[in-house]
Amino acid sequence: MNWQWFHRLGSPRWFYEKTNAWVPWLAVISISLLVVGAAWGLGFAPADFKQGNSYRIIYIHVPASFLALAGYYVMAISGAVGLIWKMKLADMVMKSAAPIGATLTFLALITGAVWGKPTWGTWWVWDARITSMLVLLFLYLGVMALQSAYQHQDTANKASAILSLVGMVNIPIIYKSVDWWFTLHQPATLKLTSESTIHASMLYPLLLMIVAFYMFFALLLLMRTRTEILEREKKTKWVNALVQADNR
Amino acid sequence: MDLQFQFESIAGFWQMAGHGPYVWACYGLTFTCLGLLFLAPLRRRRALFEQLRRQQRIAEYEQPSKPQSAA
Repeated sequence: MNWQWFHRLGSPRWFYEKTNAWVPWLAVISISLLVVGAAWGLGFAPADFKQGNSYRIIYIHVPASFLALAGYYVMAISGAVGLIWKMKLADMVMKSAAPIGATLTFLALITGAVWGKPTWGTWWVWDARITSMLVLLFLYLGVMALQSAYQHQDTANKASAILSLVGMVNIPIIYKSVDWWFTLHQPATLKLTSESTIHASMLYPLLLMIVAFYMFFALLLLMRTRTEILEREKKTKWVNALVQADNR
Repeated sequence: MDLQFQFESIAGFWQMAGHGPYVWACYGLTFTCLGLLFLAPLRRRRALFEQLRRQQRIAEYEQPSKPQSAA
């Protein structure tokens, strides 16, 4: 098997140059999908017969929650790769994923609370799903804190990788919480194995928003990682050449 | 599927039968946060480039006298 690509991935410069062309494309596609999806969800999807218009929050609440979890996978897996293979790029991805994931978790919690007020009549309940999402937010914040707590970047990376791996136990709890403890949060609407409990006219904009959030997440992660690369390699010739070429 | 605007007026769209404040607050907050996440790396990159440019100018300025002063 040819492992050359894997070794190349260890080179931040190679990654930076390889992804140059991706950024504008990802930006254009993901931002237009976000705009179209939001307009569709806000104005064109029918109102819910039980919840009325408040359900329109679903079009950001669900994608934000998906990406809060996906971001955690990215962070924990790249943390593990950095820990095992000492790959610099993986450490940078882990560091970049934390603030994006934290923001999306925060958005999932806030939009859920704002949705809860007109729907359940309360902002906040110590329901299993909501509590485990709050734990997820603290895990993200913990990784961010560890990243700035150490003088040596290597120590910081090791500590945050271990924390994010230990925090993985929270992930199945989040998924299963709505089935194990049926309290307030409704069970999953989208299912892979059986028919979804949502009408197509509401489902399509939701799927569109989920794709849009995934792509926007990829864009943000890429932009952050690329900036991180420049920052860590700022003493090298190629970054200084880049600065000279950029003279405005 | 035929797509139809679900509201009779812009005011109705804004109020969403009483749910407007909740819905719009969520969308507003989300897009503000996403916008800030988008701008953060661009700002950091610009700051870094300015810092490096300054260092390069200093290095250029000091270059001619460097061989002597280095000794």
